[in-house]
Amino acid sequence: MAAIPERVHLTMQVNGEAAPVSFAPYKTLLEVLREDLGLTGTKHGCELGECGACTVLVDGQPVLSCLALALECGGRAIETIEGVQRGPELHPLQAAFADCGGSQCGYCTPGVIMTAKALLARNPAPTRDEIREATAGNLCRCTGYQQITEAIESAATLLRAERT
Amino acid sequence: MNETKKRLDVIGKPRRRVDGRAKVTGQLRFADDLALPRMLHAKLLRSPHPHAIVESVDAEKARRHPGVKLVLTGQDFPVPFGIMPVSVDEYPLARERVRYVGDPVAAVIASDEQSAVEALALIEVRYKALRPVCGPQDGLEHPEPRIHDYGEQGNIHRNQAYEFGDVDEALRNADFVAEDLFFYEGNTHLPMEQQASLAFLDQDGKLQISSSTQNPHYLHRQLSRVLQVPESRIRVVATPNGGGFGGKCDPGGHEFVVSKAALVLGRPVKIGLTREEVFYVHRGRHPVLMKMKTGVTKEGKLTGMHLQTLLDGGGYGSHGPASTFYTGVLTPVTYHYPRFKFEACRVFTNKPACGPKRGHGTPQPRFGQEVQLDKIAERLGMDPLELRLKNLTKAGDLTASWLRVGSTGLEDCLRKVAEISDWKGKRGKLPQGRGVGLACSTYMSGAGVAIYWNKMPHSGVQVLLDRSGTVVVYCGATEIGQGSDDVLAAIVAETLGVDTGSVRVVTGDTGITPVDLGSYSSRVTIMAGNAAVQAAERLRASLAAAVCETLGTLPDRVVFSQGKVFAADNTGAGMSFVEAVTMAEAQLGTLSAVGSYSPPKPPGRYKGAGVGPSPAYSFSACVVEAEVDERTGWIHVPKIWMAHDIGRALNPVLARGQVIGGVYMGLSEALMEEQSFRRLPEKLSGALVHRAPSMLDYKSLTALDMPEVEVALIEDPDPNCPYGAKEVGQGPLLPVMPALANAIFDAVGVRIDEIPITPDKVLRALEAKAEGKAPRVGPDSYPSVPYPEPTFVLPPWEGGDGNESRKGGEKRAAAAVV
Ligand code: FES
Ligand code: FES
Repeated sequence: MAAIPERVHLTMQVNGEAAPVSFAPYKTLLEVLREDLGLTGTKHGCELGECGACTVLVDGQPVLSCLALALECGGRAIETIEGVQRGPELHPLQAAFADCGGSQCGYCTPGVIMTAKALLARNPAPTRDEIREATAGNLCRCTGYQQITEAIESAATLLRAERT
Repeated sequence: MNETKKRLDVIGKPRRRVDGRAKVTGQLRFADDLALPRMLHAKLLRSPHPHAIVESVDAEKARRHPGVKLVLTGQDFPVPFGIMPVSVDEYPLARERVRYVGDPVAAVIASDEQSAVEALALIEVRYKALRPVCGPQDGLEHPEPRIHDYGEQGNIHRNQAYEFGDVDEALRNADFVAEDLFFYEGNTHLPMEQQASLAFLDQDGKLQISSSTQNPHYLHRQLSRVLQVPESRIRVVATPNGGGFGGKCDPGGHEFVVSKAALVLGRPVKIGLTREEVFYVHRGRHPVLMKMKTGVTKEGKLTGMHLQTLLDGGGYGSHGPASTFYTGVLTPVTYHYPRFKFEACRVFTNKPACGPKRGHGTPQPRFGQEVQLDKIAERLGMDPLELRLKNLTKAGDLTASWLRVGSTGLEDCLRKVAEISDWKGKRGKLPQGRGVGLACSTYMSGAGVAIYWNKMPHSGVQVLLDRSGTVVVYCGATEIGQGSDDVLAAIVAETLGVDTGSVRVVTGDTGITPVDLGSYSSRVTIMAGNAAVQAAERLRASLAAAVCETLGTLPDRVVFSQGKVFAADNTGAGMSFVEAVTMAEAQLGTLSAVGSYSPPKPPGRYKGAGVGPSPAYSFSACVVEAEVDERTGWIHVPKIWMAHDIGRALNPVLARGQVIGGVYMGLSEALMEEQSFRRLPEKLSGALVHRAPSMLDYKSLTALDMPEVEVALIEDPDPNCPYGAKEVGQGPLLPVMPALANAIFDAVGVRIDEIPITPDKVLRALEAKAEGKAPRVGPDSYPSVPYPEPTFVLPPWEGGDGNESRKGGEKRAAAAVV
């Protein structure tokens, strides 16, 4: 068996910029983002694919970063919560979460916002049920989900207005 | 001061919380987001046995493993800890005994997590297995081997009994006595954030720990005790908690381990618990078996209650002594019981220790009480709403047990929730399979006494003004997601007439903030809030004195509002807040003030009267609608209505969020959450193991399962509370479980007298009903518990003075005298 290298080196596109990084090959995308790239905005609640807190976008798709090997992410476009803001301004989703009570302790928030961002990208006018279905994999212990759903609804309205 | 009558600018207005931006940008730093140069990583070795003697721990191989810097064992921690002074029974790493599967026995500190995990496997521990105690009944039947060598007797940790007036007589004189057994399974907090801590020595060589704790002050004291380091050489920073719900109230073994390691190695040491470990740390809802006897007249008046509870405590004391009290003490706050008797027993078992979870000890008896009332109403042929309205306590009442009911909006809550849910139109009138259920509850806005006996304030706040117009608020309160930073900011901003954008809040840091006892028992809004009002009012008085001459008015005619300072009778003239601050600073020097808060002395004076009193109780009333599929037992909840007496909503967005979040957690407990255990087969060690130490197996509601919640906030400011605001974080959870059980009865006519209410139980009850048996699932017997002779106290209306009136055996004589 070939020896496992101690570290591997590759470059991902993180939040629109090339991010060269070297890391132990067993590391998950979550670990590399948090530990090797210092992007601690992405959270974890289980590291077993059960809670959704670690959701990031990989090539636009929501992915549980605790289940993705960083090794497989070379050349792919990764988007994390740190990349959502528009310069100094909050993204409408972020503003809506802050204003509508969509974030209480805030621990699940980055994961839910990433999930919602992917939803709104493919469905700019989701129904409440579609929002609930899309976020059903993101556990939240604080909000009871209602204000999360309301925040996503209100952000969707704003984003649609921006487009027209 | 005239000022207090001014209209409110900040309070009561929906507003983005002060920490909102940090949370949505990912900038907020939770404990595990922290890292320091040369940081090491710690991992814990946990016991695979529920109950065993630790004969030896051989860590030699682990110490030699590459990357390992230190191995700690029980020998490194000779001093025990415990959140309550009466149950200091736990070691950071077990010394001679392990008491549940998951009890930590050793720790490895290594250069990376991977090496630490590898080294754990090299530690050789010799255990001698002991018979595990699997439940409270087992513990009563098997006093030996004892899990602890303290407690009441055998494996009984706490055993207590109180009688307020002759309850036997009250039951005898009733037209009938409802007698019911209920069981409430244990469940856990499941905060999204797993506990993490980072300890290091600061530039002065002092220990600092940043940790996801709800109670930095108590942790500070315990660290000093266990590590034998003076408190002045320790700084505890409570990082924002990714949810607490009571699960981060107890100090954890891991916090002592990283602190000790940092002291020994002089390097930063971090630990992050895995989700499985969080299930083992637990300190969650106690499983409680209950027996409830309530006397009722034909007219539906309650004559008295005899409540017995039996708690499964798990392997350690934790908050258990308080939890034991809470399985009864708040029962008489909602309804008037002329007499009340309460017996409670907590038994040690070989499971993770139970402790405080949202509602702390009270959801269990509240469930029983509210379901029993529903049964009583049914028996009387009365609307359950009317029965409740008939028996409500009134504002200012004392209970039989000498608790002072301050303000109460429960009647308003009931009427409101009935109205918005169309209770009258729905109850008993929905098609078969659909029903509505009603229940009420109450909760404390902070406890009357601290966890350790002292005469100092429960909360302190310092407010500092600088000439830029920035207001900095320092307070030991801990932001666990509930919005305590926002509460402080709103109160100070309102009092000084600025907006929250000018206020910076620094909290939860024993190195720089005045002591606040912590984020538990819904105490922060009232206690830190009142301290903040006092500090801000003092500052306002200084400012007013400094500027009144310029404004041509008297100090008490100076108004602070919307960033302006002006005379009440000449609103056109005035100055900006910043100008007022500079003028005052020029006259008085640097501007700062402190405030503090201690709750009023409770009226009860008997031993034990300290648990239950609160400066203000919140009240809630809830209606749940349920649909039951009679073929599968599946329960669907389309909607929940909740009216909550909050006194005043400081920030309605957050208040509503707390209500919905409480409803969510209550419904999740009611339908599915279970921290339960099973025995492995003998050939696999026979150990008692957690059934579901993962988020996949420990079920909780998702966004798809959560019904719509309609919230009504009942606002009638409470005079004991800052700007009238009572608690909202815990109360609205409590009535959901019984309201669901009552809705199921309305839907399909069966009683599920235990929580959680799962489809299999509904099906069993439906089958029993079809066979003509009692349409009920629930416990059918109550063990004989050796409760002590009760402390006998006469209720206020029977001539009592709040003291124990006679020693135990003489109570009949005492009652006869009256
Ligand atoms: S941390 Fe990835 S799903 Fe929980
Ligand atoms: S806001 Fe706390 S877990 Fe969602």
